[in-house]
Amino acid sequence: MSRLILSRRTLIRGGAAGAGSIMLSGCDKLFENPTFRHTLEGAEDLHKLTQRALGRHALAREFSEADMSPQFRANGSREVADPVYRQHLAQGFSQWALRVEGLVDKPVTLPLDVLRSMPQRKQITRHDCVEGWSAIGQWTGPRLGAILDLAGLKPQAKYIVFHCADLYHGRPYYESIDLVDAFHPQTLLAWSMNGRPLEQAHGAPLRLRVERQLGYKHAKFVTRIEAVASLGGIYGGKGGYWEDNGSYAWYAGI
Amino acid sequence: MSEQATGAAPKGGDVVKRHRFSTRLWHWINAVTLLVMLMSGLMIFNAHPRLYWGEYGANYDAPWLKISSARAGGEEYGYLQIGRARVTTTGLLGLWKDQDGRVQRRAFPYWVTIPSRYSLAGARIWHLAFAWVLAVGLLFYLLWSLVNRHLQRDIHITRAEWRPSHIWHDVKDHARLRFPTDVAALRYNVLQKLAYAGVLFGLLPLMILTGLALSPGTDAWFPLATEIFGGRQSARSVHFLCAFALVAFFLVHMAMVVLAGPFNEVRSMITGRYRLPKDKTA
Repeated sequence: MSRLILSRRTLIRGGAAGAGSIMLSGCDKLFENPTFRHTLEGAEDLHKLTQRALGRHALAREFSEADMSPQFRANGSREVADPVYRQHLAQGFSQWALRVEGLVDKPVTLPLDVLRSMPQRKQITRHDCVEGWSAIGQWTGPRLGAILDLAGLKPQAKYIVFHCADLYHGRPYYESIDLVDAFHPQTLLAWSMNGRPLEQAHGAPLRLRVERQLGYKHAKFVTRIEAVASLGGIYGGKGGYWEDNGSYAWYAGI
Repeated sequence: MSEQATGAAPKGGDVVKRHRFSTRLWHWINAVTLLVMLMSGLMIFNAHPRLYWGEYGANYDAPWLKISSARAGGEEYGYLQIGRARVTTTGLLGLWKDQDGRVQRRAFPYWVTIPSRYSLAGARIWHLAFAWVLAVGLLFYLLWSLVNRHLQRDIHITRAEWRPSHIWHDVKDHARLRFPTDVAALRYNVLQKLAYAGVLFGLLPLMILTGLALSPGTDAWFPLATEIFGGRQSARSVHFLCAFALVAFFLVHMAMVVLAGPFNEVRSMITGRYRLPKDKTA
């Protein structure tokens, strides 16, 4: 009897595994079909459209100091190997400057002390990683919108691209956002985190905060900002490191 | 359900029209959608196989649930940890062999995830596209079921059915595997109504709401979705728990279909035609 049950169980298990593997390989195959995949990826436009329709100007929730994570996890590049960067790091970024260029009226170079002397915004927000974890921290820095106003965007400018000092798995990290997010009042170039100058692991000297999107959009080690009309010609053309190298969505509000 | 044949009341053995077209259509779309949502969701979980309570939660914080692998005395094993209790799950969770026989240290194995090979980006593409099918499908199905009175006629639990004695009677009937026959089989019994209403108005809306709560964009314009669960990581935990409640519903649902006669039951959900069971005790 026990042998009978066992063999029946084996049969059911085998059958289920067989049916499952057919379905699974079917799903994997289906996903390789470009039309099917593009249809699924089309949901990204729907997400952006919906989020913008319902909350174009909405502010991300802000928290109190008591709500902050005891320890904020650093992810992605934690160190930058570039010798020029390492020299700036050793000098406390005193000789370092942010370059703002591209489709702007007058390209500007902004040293860190100039960025610090601009009107500052301090915000305690939740950082949501695409992997699923969250950490709450305090960020301080000038609004990206104010920096872009200093350079003056040309009317053709549609996106802001953030070039970073780090290579991740050998490729330059970069990110991009559109002007709705660029001029959002909580979008900062933060030089301070949790009341201290940004540490290397968290993106010193400057990290983008684009609070209503997932962590990979928050470019670290930002050295150069470029206003562009299209993302097509830049690196892999999809607007960001993970968008180019991992088929992650460019709009990461969900 | 309950569109009776014209003329005399149907009796055991008669073939009747049971499920409406809208119910059958939504049932199968939803079945495929939920399976895709579950399997792609398990892959997303694999990216960070820990659950927390509260607003934040990451590697430095204490999870209430964790799937991982560890080494004890040279032997590597997979485990599921809930609170302080740890269950060894080698081969199933945390440590398993993939389709090529290679050892993987991810939480859920390849045969329950979409895609079958690790890809958070791929799983998100599946999950976030089918989320629309789930949400829009449920919305239209509920609205249409209000219009055609499916909810009022078939799902609504009457005052008499809410009586504990009535529910207890139904529980005992189920435990004895005694199912309604003849004309009584045309209507859902109270446990069925509770199960279906629980999925339609409880679990599925909770899945959608907790899913929305995970979106940082939604959290800005609809913070209530996150706040009512006590934070984003709590919402993520509830999302996971509700998914497994739906798996439990599915298992019971399958068991009941098999016990009640799988051919007749499946046919009624495809063509709508259902043969009323005969009362064998008569």
